Amino acid sequence: MLRYVAHRLLATIPVLLTVILFVFVIVRLTPGDPAALMAGPDAPATDVEAIRESLGLNRPLIVQLGIWMGDLAQGDLGTSTFGKNKVLDLIRQRMVPTISLAVMAEVLAVGMAVPLGILAGWKARSLTDRGVMLFAVLGYSIPVFWLGLMLIYLFAVNLNWVPAAGYTPPQEGLLDYFMHLILPAATTAVIAMALITRMTRATMIETLNEDYVRTARAKGLAEKVVLVRHALRNAALPIVTVIGLGVAALLSGLVVTESVFAIPGLGRLLVDSIASRNYPVIQGTTLVISVVYVFINLLVDLSYAFLDPRIRY
Amino acid sequence: MADQAVRTTMRRSTMGIGSLSVTAARFVKANPSMAAGLIIVAVMALIALLAPVLFTENPNAVAPRERFTGPSSGSWFGTDVVGRDVYSRTIYGSRVSLIVAAAVAGITTLLSVVIGLLVGYYRWVDMAVMRIMDGLMSIPAILLAIALTAVFGGSVQNVILALCIVETPRAVRVVRAAVLSLKEQMFIDAARAVGVPTWRILARHLFPNTVAPLIVLATFIAASAVLLEAYVSFLGAGVSQDTPTWGSTMAQGRQYLSRAIWIIFFPGVFLTLTVLGINIAGDGLRDRLDPKLRRRM
Repeated sequence: MLRYVAHRLLATIPVLLTVILFVFVIVRLTPGDPAALMAGPDAPATDVEAIRESLGLNRPLIVQLGIWMGDLAQGDLGTSTFGKNKVLDLIRQRMVPTISLAVMAEVLAVGMAVPLGILAGWKARSLTDRGVMLFAVLGYSIPVFWLGLMLIYLFAVNLNWVPAAGYTPPQEGLLDYFMHLILPAATTAVIAMALITRMTRATMIETLNEDYVRTARAKGLAEKVVLVRHALRNAALPIVTVIGLGVAALLSGLVVTESVFAIPGLGRLLVDSIASRNYPVIQGTTLVISVVYVFINLLVDLSYAFLDPRIRY
Repeated sequence: MADQAVRTTMRRSTMGIGSLSVTAARFVKANPSMAAGLIIVAVMALIALLAPVLFTENPNAVAPRERFTGPSSGSWFGTDVVGRDVYSRTIYGSRVSLIVAAAVAGITTLLSVVIGLLVGYYRWVDMAVMRIMDGLMSIPAILLAIALTAVFGGSVQNVILALCIVETPRAVRVVRAAVLSLKEQMFIDAARAVGVPTWRILARHLFPNTVAPLIVLATFIAASAVLLEAYVSFLGAGVSQDTPTWGSTMAQGRQYLSRAIWIIFFPGVFLTLTVLGINIAGDGLRDRLDPKLRRRM
């Protein structure tokens, strides 16, 4: 087990190196000159040149990459092109809204999807099953931003139950904090929900066909006991995997929801910094998101090995 | 039961017995949801093809005096901030979405077959290529799509190129997985034993066995491409503003949400229906082509 963990940890290194290289190349290839953007539209060419030099953008690309990776090795993500904030500090500030949103969305998604999936799997090929499945397909067919805007229109503009957008930190009032997060969390949850529901249903169908379930039923156990103790326990493994995948899907969805609901999170920081060609922030944020993504996948794999003693590596 | 009906339907149709309408009716009866999906996709394709004759006007024609008029008999889906007809923009918007879907699905499938066969068969290629693919996959799809479109610039071709880069790693994983399990099978050993050259093993023995999962994969890539294109243009990085797309029409209506919901509502309904149609058809295809997956999904 320990060897497996070590092996998997080592295997993330080349993946992360690829991410670093990729992000660096993409960012440098993007048209638009941050020095010119910083200097403003009427700045003389000498000013632009001076800014470029101060940012180190006049050096060869390979040197820029070397400097960035050297800093990274020391835990330094660099300084924002605008405003002179440390990238790490910016990310830290934006972390709380994003994590709040992700946790709330995942809780909503799992809380809805697992029972729905069990129900659909148990009543496979019934009308209930078809209904749940249609709902699930709809869940990953619907564009997140559109769903978000429709929910804003219904619950914020018309019914006035919740604020339309924005974010309040938890220390300024828990109720406000929840009210601001509930719509975006529900919106984001829908994507992850679809995935988890399908997977739960599929595994339930598979386990309910196993011999030991037939034995359990034959010896007269209550259906509830059969479902929860015999079937669900054995179905837990793939469900755990897909919950992990759900988190990954959430990360992608968050970029859009944060932008729709004007939540000052990581995704919004990233979209804004792409628009303003803020190289260090784009690089740092993408790297952080990718690291989280890679580690979630790692955790899922490890939990697999932990939950199923038959799996040996 | 249902499978039986499908099989008979297929046999009849290949033998040329029974009229087309009977075959179609049987197909719908045997696969109601798949038929629904296919019909939605077909209708969308027709809409895209026939856009100019579907009572549309120039989707870019500005009429400031008629801005923000709600849906009416004159403009079915209302008008936007500069008085452009939302109905016409929605109908024409289907063109970009469907072109992107078809192109990305086609190109990605082709690319992933070639890459997937090679990495599945040769271990040393696998090591190198899969690390790159893993790296690409660990950047969230929407982000990668936005960043790449920003690099390439906003034209339909460039959006297609960007989305192909986003989708390929996932597709390669599917082909690779199929090849890895196939190449351990007896018939590959047998082919190698009688001296079949490697390229022929790849082309004649491995490739045909990956076709079924690939067709299914292609539909899901198409659905994902439609969504990603909309995300990218909604976030302002996609196809240039002169071409009406669902995503950009909605992006422009976003500020006026409380005043003119129709600018966002109608393109969104079309977008959702299209993706839903492709996904349902894909689910049906998977059930028919890949009975093993049927139990799992």
